[in-house]
Amino acid sequence: MSGAKMVVQALIDQGVDTVFGYPGGAVLPIYDEIFLQNSIKHFLVRHEQGAVHAAEAYARSTGKPGVVLVTSGPGATNAVTGLTDALMDSIPLVVLTGQVPTFMIGSDAFQEADTVGITRPCTKHNWLVKDTNALANTLHTAFHVACSGRPGPVLVDIPKDVQFANGTYEGPAKMKSHYQPQLKGDLDAITALVAAMETAQKPIFYTGGGVINSGPVASQLLRELVEATNFPITSTLMGLGCYPGNGDNWLGMLGMHGLYEANMAMHDCDLMINIGARFDDRITGRLDSFSPGSTKAHIDIDASSINKVIRVDIPILGDVAHVLEDMLKVWKARGRETNSKALKTWWAEIDGWRKIRCLDYAADSKVIKPQYALERLEALTKDHDRYITTEVGQHQMWAAQYMTFNDPNRWMTSGGLGTMGYGVPASIGAQVAHPSSLVINVAGEASWLMNMQEMGTAMQYGLPVKQFILNNERLGMVRQWQELLHGERYSQSWSESLPDFVKLAEAFGAKGILCSDPADLDEAIMEMLAFDGPVIFDCLVEKHENCFPMIPSGKAHNEMLLGDAAIKGAIDASGSVLV
Amino acid sequence: MNALNITKGMSSKSAYNLRSGHADLNERHTLAVIVANEPGVLARVIGLFSGRGYNIESLTVAEVDHEGHTSRITIVTSGTPQIIEQIKAQLGRIIPVYDVHDLTVEGPSVERELSLFKVSGKGEKRVEALRLADVFRANVVDSTLDSFTFEVVGSPEKIDAFADLMRPLGLSEMARTGVAALSRG
Ligand SMILES: Cc1ncc(C[n+]2csc(CCOP(=O)(O)OP(=O)(O)O)c2C)c(N)n1
Ligand SMILES: [Mg+2]
Repeated sequence: MSGAKMVVQALIDQGVDTVFGYPGGAVLPIYDEIFLQNSIKHFLVRHEQGAVHAAEAYARSTGKPGVVLVTSGPGATNAVTGLTDALMDSIPLVVLTGQVPTFMIGSDAFQEADTVGITRPCTKHNWLVKDTNALANTLHTAFHVACSGRPGPVLVDIPKDVQFANGTYEGPAKMKSHYQPQLKGDLDAITALVAAMETAQKPIFYTGGGVINSGPVASQLLRELVEATNFPITSTLMGLGCYPGNGDNWLGMLGMHGLYEANMAMHDCDLMINIGARFDDRITGRLDSFSPGSTKAHIDIDASSINKVIRVDIPILGDVAHVLEDMLKVWKARGRETNSKALKTWWAEIDGWRKIRCLDYAADSKVIKPQYALERLEALTKDHDRYITTEVGQHQMWAAQYMTFNDPNRWMTSGGLGTMGYGVPASIGAQVAHPSSLVINVAGEASWLMNMQEMGTAMQYGLPVKQFILNNERLGMVRQWQELLHGERYSQSWSESLPDFVKLAEAFGAKGILCSDPADLDEAIMEMLAFDGPVIFDCLVEKHENCFPMIPSGKAHNEMLLGDAAIKGAIDASGSVLV
Repeated sequence: MNALNITKGMSSKSAYNLRSGHADLNERHTLAVIVANEPGVLARVIGLFSGRGYNIESLTVAEVDHEGHTSRITIVTSGTPQIIEQIKAQLGRIIPVYDVHDLTVEGPSVERELSLFKVSGKGEKRVEALRLADVFRANVVDSTLDSFTFEVVGSPEKIDAFADLMRPLGLSEMARTGVAALSRG
């Protein structure tokens, strides 16, 4: 079998039916094989970065690995941002790149790039395959590595002569890998955690993307544990949906733009149970005053996440679902105890923070407030079978705050890398995976322009993605920081010379909708939902709205800013060097 | 609330052994990293150290098992206890890394380094260099009328000491292999 055919065969044997890619000289033999078969559907993107983000959203919304096929040189370098994004957010991807023939490697051949060298720091692992006989096993190992342990992107670089040469194909069953991450947590540590849960007066579950990566069972077990213990729960941006946003114990997202009640509860808790989150700097704020009085437990499948930034008292290395299962078992066996009296007081305290109503904003009858736009989008779509993707900026944070996620795998946003340009291709990937569901990309106008070429992909494959652009004609998040930190000197944060988005939509063959009056908003959103095809919705919103609550850089959880009134002097010099 | 009583090394499955003490003090650790001998593995290890800002004081690598295609990388590094733990965890995450041993905490170990010194000089200095070389049990591996090349094997400290002594006696060039280390027993 030729190497090129092996690639297609390996994908089929791995259960892949969808590939996002872009052809070029160094992958032509593989594209030839794709032409000759019908099991795998290839989606031609408009830019390789788009292919990777689409594959990411495909993976995040299905739990299956995303697969990307691109050519050597510029094809591979264009994929780098997507790879880094997937690495930061632990998304399983298998990216296949063409390479110049082995005998030309190192000669600065046309479209040669040191792809494994360039992508070494932005993949979980990568391989350059120099022998067709090693190809099948490498591909199967690639899937194994991408999906096991802490998931992540892997890359297989395949020189053109390896694609042409013949070799023996081996199926996935023959794959051997010493890489077998430990799934079960240590029972002693789990018991110690359960003992701490029984007596805790102010416990909190701090959950993250690890719950979602662990699979639907993990979310199910988490729900059971929360209901049974009546502990409050918060989550990072990455973990939204692992516990229902309409659940009683839900405090909302935590962190820099998290909810007041979530951050205050994190600060004041006496037992913090971190499940699949990583104490990211957007979460912790100032480290030396991060939840000073709590005992901290951390469940994570990646040993390097434990004690990286925050020293924890109870480390549990393992897969979230496996550990939660054992936690529930041990907790039940020991008599299902919690300190219910103290919990009542704790909830009373939390209810006090909730009364602040930190998401309240000044309504306006003339201009559309971005928060209002998202409240209405939420109200009008919450009963749909719905997937939300976002770009990066204020709109992203508002979407996290004002929309409700009741199930895992429904929310796709670039968390760790904060990649503007993620949302358009991500909406395409999610729509490919769920053709009959409603997929909305909540976007900022600036981010949206970064990968807008993918509207062509949406048109080509009839993907009815809804691009909901909160157009403030500003790089809003940058403008907000300049207002807070740089004396309102708005250096280069204007979105100038914006296109007419309605005409742009029409140029692509999609539908364009413009809305600037709050009174028209509901009707316009309904029009978007009713249209059976891609829509670009240009929602002109208040230009200078700031995103609150906010923990300014270098501040602690209990030093949140709640509204415009409190801004002046809130960030000191040491905070302004942080990003 | 600290009725937890998790003691150091309580569980082999635990992600780390709680280590008390001076969190800010730098410690020097010798790590033995067993890796699959495949292309790029050294670049992964070095890239990890440079990318995350860790120190490398010395690094040696060679294949140690031809049949199993495994190499042993010996790294001498330094950092706070938390950084050292991070380095080990990060090394453990590299897919072709089979095992990471911290020889500094895993019990007594021996460390050896091989070095070559070219010392040029005449007369009294030349005699003195030869005499000191004898004290250090250095071998003369090359000699000309006005230079010696010595080979010294020993701990890094011994080699440092020998270099200090040779400097005033005409040390013109030196080469060191970096540390190779094994646990005792
Ligand atoms: C690729 C990339 N470049 C730059 C940034 C820095 N950045 C973060 S938010 C932002 C502004 C985003 O503007 P827009 O998409 O209009 O969203 P808004 O904040 O206005 O809602 C910028 C430039 C980034 N996150 N990603
Ligand atoms: Mg904007």
